[in-house]
Amino acid sequence: MSDTRPTRVRPGHQEETPDDRGGSRMIGAMTSDSGQPGVRTAAVRRPGDTIFRTLTTGAGLAIVFAIALIGIFLLIKAVPSLLADKENFLTSANFVTLDPNNLMFGIRDLLIVTVLCSLVALVIAMPVSLGIALFLTQYAPARLSRPFAYIVDLLAAVPSIVYGLWGILVLGPALEPFETWLNATFGWFPLFAKGNIPLAGAGTIFTVGVVLAVMLLPIITSVTREVFRQTPVMQIEGALALGATKWEVIRTTVLPFGRSGYIAASMLGLGRALGETVAVLLILHASPTPSTGSLFDGGYTFASKIASAASEFSQPLPTGAYIAAGLVLFVLTFVVNAVARSIAGGKAAK
Amino acid sequence: MTTTESTLDRPASPPAFQPVSGSRKFKNTAATALVTLAFLVALVPLVWLLITVIARGYQALLSADWWTHSLKGVLPKDFEGGAYHAIIGTLLQTLVCAVIAVPVGVLAAVYLVEYGRGRLARVTTFMVDILSGVPSIVAALFIFALWIGTIGLGQSAFAVSLALVLLMLPVVVRSTEEMLRLVPQELREASYALGVPKWKTIMRIVLPTALSGVVTGVMLAMARVMGETAPVLVLVGYSKSINFNIFDGNMTSLPLLIYNELNNPNPAGQQRVWGAALTLILLIMLFNLVAALVSRFSAIKTK
Repeated sequence: MSDTRPTRVRPGHQEETPDDRGGSRMIGAMTSDSGQPGVRTAAVRRPGDTIFRTLTTGAGLAIVFAIALIGIFLLIKAVPSLLADKENFLTSANFVTLDPNNLMFGIRDLLIVTVLCSLVALVIAMPVSLGIALFLTQYAPARLSRPFAYIVDLLAAVPSIVYGLWGILVLGPALEPFETWLNATFGWFPLFAKGNIPLAGAGTIFTVGVVLAVMLLPIITSVTREVFRQTPVMQIEGALALGATKWEVIRTTVLPFGRSGYIAASMLGLGRALGETVAVLLILHASPTPSTGSLFDGGYTFASKIASAASEFSQPLPTGAYIAAGLVLFVLTFVVNAVARSIAGGKAAK
Repeated sequence: MTTTESTLDRPASPPAFQPVSGSRKFKNTAATALVTLAFLVALVPLVWLLITVIARGYQALLSADWWTHSLKGVLPKDFEGGAYHAIIGTLLQTLVCAVIAVPVGVLAAVYLVEYGRGRLARVTTFMVDILSGVPSIVAALFIFALWIGTIGLGQSAFAVSLALVLLMLPVVVRSTEEMLRLVPQELREASYALGVPKWKTIMRIVLPTALSGVVTGVMLAMARVMGETAPVLVLVGYSKSINFNIFDGNMTSLPLLIYNELNNPNPAGQQRVWGAALTLILLIMLFNLVAALVSRFSAIKTK
């Protein structure tokens, strides 16, 4: 969405605004030809313009460099540990970094837990956010639409550590009977099989997924809402004129128009869920045994694993192991976000 | 068709409006119900969470000590002391972060709106989007690798602020960019027509016009980074006393206080946890509220 604006606004911008250097050059040429003394003051190439242009471009470049630096620094710090790793980084479920001379770590379980948590969150948050976005843009009374949207946005104002507190101390115990029932009834299905931690207190991937879903709601909703709002009125009125019911109007105009925006928003949400740290750290119980691929597992995500070991970052090699995990997380979120933006950008180009 | 019905009783042409069939009506009603339900579902966790935090945390906030004292010398089981040190820490770290992030962010937004075209502008826009998706723990790790691992400086609140800068920058750039694009083109043209240089036009015309929007965006960005916990876990140590020095020593912020007191099994610890959570939410709400007020009372005049 953000990509639409430059293309929409800039063409007019370019035609109407003289470029600072181009403009003064033109006037400069005029003065040298006609020699009018009154115009000469404008002919100077102003140092202010050059300085300001450099400053702003520098700020833009700084952001580009920041991303590059993040990748480079994480890579530099991770490589020695990766070389010292006694096990396969991609397939090992261990993460033993106590002895710098005998590092054994891999990301298999971190990846499984991270992906499972995020998927549960998306499966819950996507339909609900779609409903909320439709409600806010199509159903809610025009006067209340704004306050309602503000209420949903309030969910984004709650810090993640508070979500974590609520998740483990309040929601987890409340969800425990439901999770026990799911496990007992659908235990034959691998996702609902018995996990590697006891269900007491419900510090499970499932609970994390529910909490993450709540955190994703405002993110997915706010983007989707804006896209739905841009549905051409002509299309909506056309559908109405053909006798469509409200739902049919939405199905034939709003949803097709907003689909890519909705998917992009969900990808952004996914990126957020992948990197969520403290809420996961507080909720998810540690597990002594490797992941079983069940939603009732415990364990660590990339982010919570790093945060859990934060106080032990003293020796370079063990720290590098965690930085390697962080690098994988960075690449994951980078890819997810880039895909989300390209989906949103493709829509804008139409 | 039947003999009893005469041709006069029948309409000359079939009616233009067909009645809506039952299944279509049902689908429409079901959709309305589901969509409304989705909104109500979103309210459940919000209300539940807020009530929990308020009910469990309000008592801590009632004592005057909470706002004026630190936890220095307070035993884990004592209902004493307060969160003053953590409030100071949170505000200091956020403020230092804003001092760095706002100029860079605003300048970058000016670049994107006023100068940016071609490949560099596209790359910058893309990178701002990527930066807004960088998880806070990755930002913290990066600052750790740079500040502590490479330059060799110790943990400090300043390192936290640096990590927060990475999280705040994209928010500031995006909101400022949006506001600058709202500034009418005519204002710029009028300024150019008077012979005002471009940089002065931006500084004296464009930015002041967009100022309230920029301030709103900055306040919202500060509210966002205030609750970040991952950077403080990695980059600064916990302290029970007040520390105003951002470059040296441990400094507690509200998230760090919550995280540490969680290990305190005493009732006093629980009260501090929820008290700090409520304080943090109130602080964030306050920033949101000020942002809303600023934008309401000084919106950009587009025409």
